[in-house]
Amino acid sequence: MNRLLLFIFLIIRFTTFAQDNSDCLTCHDDKTAKSTRRGKTISIFVDEKKLKGSVHIKNKCIDCHIDLKDADFPHPEAKRAQCGKCHEDAQKAYSDGLHGKAKSKGDPLAPACVDCHGNHDILKKTDPRSATFPLKVPYLCGRCHREGAPVQVQRNIPQDHILENYSESIHGEGLLKKGLTVSATCASCHTPHLVLPHTDPRSSIARKNIAATCIKCHMGIENVHRKIIKGELWEKEAHVLPACVDCHQPHKARKVFYDQGMADSDCLSCHGKKNIKNSKAGHSMFVDTTELKDSKHIKIACSQCHSQVNPSKVRPCETITSNVDCASCHAAVGEDYKISTHGKLFAKKDPDAPFCAGCHGTHHVLGKQDKRSPTFATNIPKLCAECHGAGKAAAKRIKNSGHDVIKEYEESIHGRGLMKSGLTVTAKCTDCHSAHRELPSSDPKSTTNPDNISATCGVCHSGIKEKFDKSVHSPFVTKTDKKLPVCNDCHAPHTTGRTDVDAFKLGITASCGKCHAESVESYLNTYHGKVSELGYTKTANCYDCHGAHDILSVTNPDSHLSRQNIIQTCQKCHETATKMFAGYLSHATHHDSKKYPILFFVFWGMTGLLVGTFLIAGAHTLLWLPRSFEWKKKIKEIEEKEKMEEYAEAHPPVKSETEKSNSPESAKSEKEQDNV
Amino acid sequence: MSSNQKLQFRRFTHTQRLLHLFMIISFITLALTGMTLKFAYTSWAYFISHLLGGFEVAGAIHRVAAVIMIIVFTSHLVDLLRTKKKNAQTWKDLIMGPDAMLFNRKDWEDFRDSMLWFLGRGERPQYGRWTYWEKFDYFAVFWGIFVIGSTGAMLWFPEFFTRFLPGWVINVATIVHSDEALLATGFIFTVHFFNTHLRPEKFPMDIIIFTGRTSLEEYKLDRPAEYKELVEKGELEKHLVEPYPQIVITAVKMFGWAALTTGLFIVVWIIYAMIFAYK
Repeated sequence: MNRLLLFIFLIIRFTTFAQDNSDCLTCHDDKTAKSTRRGKTISIFVDEKKLKGSVHIKNKCIDCHIDLKDADFPHPEAKRAQCGKCHEDAQKAYSDGLHGKAKSKGDPLAPACVDCHGNHDILKKTDPRSATFPLKVPYLCGRCHREGAPVQVQRNIPQDHILENYSESIHGEGLLKKGLTVSATCASCHTPHLVLPHTDPRSSIARKNIAATCIKCHMGIENVHRKIIKGELWEKEAHVLPACVDCHQPHKARKVFYDQGMADSDCLSCHGKKNIKNSKAGHSMFVDTTELKDSKHIKIACSQCHSQVNPSKVRPCETITSNVDCASCHAAVGEDYKISTHGKLFAKKDPDAPFCAGCHGTHHVLGKQDKRSPTFATNIPKLCAECHGAGKAAAKRIKNSGHDVIKEYEESIHGRGLMKSGLTVTAKCTDCHSAHRELPSSDPKSTTNPDNISATCGVCHSGIKEKFDKSVHSPFVTKTDKKLPVCNDCHAPHTTGRTDVDAFKLGITASCGKCHAESVESYLNTYHGKVSELGYTKTANCYDCHGAHDILSVTNPDSHLSRQNIIQTCQKCHETATKMFAGYLSHATHHDSKKYPILFFVFWGMTGLLVGTFLIAGAHTLLWLPRSFEWKKKIKEIEEKEKMEEYAEAHPPVKSETEKSNSPESAKSEKEQDNV
Repeated sequence: MSSNQKLQFRRFTHTQRLLHLFMIISFITLALTGMTLKFAYTSWAYFISHLLGGFEVAGAIHRVAAVIMIIVFTSHLVDLLRTKKKNAQTWKDLIMGPDAMLFNRKDWEDFRDSMLWFLGRGERPQYGRWTYWEKFDYFAVFWGIFVIGSTGAMLWFPEFFTRFLPGWVINVATIVHSDEALLATGFIFTVHFFNTHLRPEKFPMDIIIFTGRTSLEEYKLDRPAEYKELVEKGELEKHLVEPYPQIVITAVKMFGWAALTTGLFIVVWIIYAMIFAYK
């Protein structure tokens, strides 16, 4: 009877009035009203009170139950309310997420909107009564993800004791015990709708996104972690750096993780013992705390460097499989090292390859400002010499390195400045070769590559670089396929000496001659060149006329040798030099008949005179020689004959005294008497 | 000195001997210091330059020696005039006379006869007071002093000379100075050395230029024409002098050896530098 009346009433209503909530409630406010859905008898009662208290108070039933619009009464079985009609974004996120996917596959355990948000009684998430109110979120998620729940048991969820761990974590403690509503809930990290496993790159908890997720709340985290992560890198290169969760384990995140999780004291409980040894290799594993306290890393915890520790293990260090990677904090340095020859060799597992600790030490890392540090300026050559000294591993490896670079360096102007005068700003190995990115000079990226060397030297010798960049030798000025000279072509790299000493001044001629062979040859034929060849520096050398770093084309008015300047240049030595004096051909050669015809003909004229004279005189002499021998014989014959005659004259029975004294023999004997 | 010693023929005056002595000293000095620059690329040049105390000292020595040589040269000219006056000679006598240095008919005949002698077609010519090769040497000095001296002055004072000469003249002067010096040293230390000292009948040296005298026998054979003339004129006695004591001879020979050795060393050096170390 009732049904009949209702039926009649509804027909009248529906045909005559617009569909209203009250129309629905006509039937659905009956607490006992029931219907069947997919074979199950369910209550179809809608509590008007709750409906009026919900966020959807202003919505009509048919706004959500679209399928029932204009439906004839009694309407067919209602479909699910279409939340996505208004909540498009949430709907899409849900559909893309794990929950939505499972639902669409028909997973009975998969939650739909209503499972979290409710249906007619949906409240704002700021409403404490709402199931999505932050304080309630853990319980909401916990419905399925609590330990022992079907989802947790039947589905592949890698984490266990999620709710328990969370509730003990700093986030959980804040939220649940302290009622701090801004504390991270499940949804804060996993997002409310786009819940995805961490293996999905789109996931908010994917390794590369985790940092971004955490900094939604921990905005200034890079300040706290500034020694570990430089803001930008943290986000951009999350994959090479430890992600938040590596230290702050998900669901267990604690404040000051290390103190409570893995404190130095824990490590030192074993490693503080002097007799502790590596069980495999047998070397000491003792860590001297006095060294640590002295080091740069005094504020860094053991586990920050030895990051593979797992505090959940009894022996947290048992999970350590590799050496400390300093690059996890010193990222930029690490990148440089990877590019360097050192790093490449290390990557090839070369036993000679130096690693961070090789130069910087391990627990006793001191800053390069510390005199005791092996990386302190004055200790650098010694440090590098450990491998690059004569006969050492690196010296043997590097080809064309028969000389002892370190010894040479120590004798160089840089080396003496550093080692003898203790001038720490003077160039040392690392200043030219870079500290972490050493490469052979043949490598275009090397700081000592010819293309880069002037920039390298120019770091200190800035004024010279400025001049050099404007000179003919600079690639900015001269565009050529030929090799242009760079600093080390004139200033030998390791033996760099003072430029005001004779050895350098004299050597420069040969340096210039490497390219300007003809000019040097003609220079050496002049007085200037000949004197310098004798080892004296008082006569003009290349740079005295051409300049050193500021060599310009002679056509350039600023050149030392331009028309405007050449007289002054000559006057540096020849004070009274004139324009005509400057006409001296300082690179003339008498071998070029086209360029210097006068010199050519004078030279060959002189040579002709010389050769002609010697030919005639030589022939005269040679022809004379045999006659001269004959003549000598003849003279002897004549002399002997005369002697015989004189002897014969001297020995007749009677001789006067005067005649006797004229004989050669008596003259000789008298002479001898004189000498006595 | 004993008065009964055998008298010798005096050929050179004191002035001539003294001038030649200074000529030797300045010439060898100029050659030695100059070669250090010319052959700067040889280790000998380096050694000598540093031994002397550097290129500046060597340069100073070179200039001093050059001045000495110019003094020697002028002194000789003065001596010529003085002798002319003393002997009441005319200019014609001085230049054209039988003992004059200028080439005359007899020199050409001597040269021709010498060639015949060298080729085995005649006897040794009857050489007189000055032979043609001596006259050649003599005028070579005139030429050398003029050429090397003038270019040397340009190289000494380039700033002054370029006030009225173009700069490239200094380049020319360098070539001329250097090559003419090479000719002079090469000639003196080979041709002159041979003609005067090293030829077999005089070997190892003829010290007549230092002592000024030689035995009459030797002179008679060497310069038969002059001897004959003097005997004919009855002037031979005027030229006879007493010989020097042995110690003077020894000293002279020592100096002679030093000069000869240095000269020959320079020749070896030149040959080495020009042929083996040339660059």
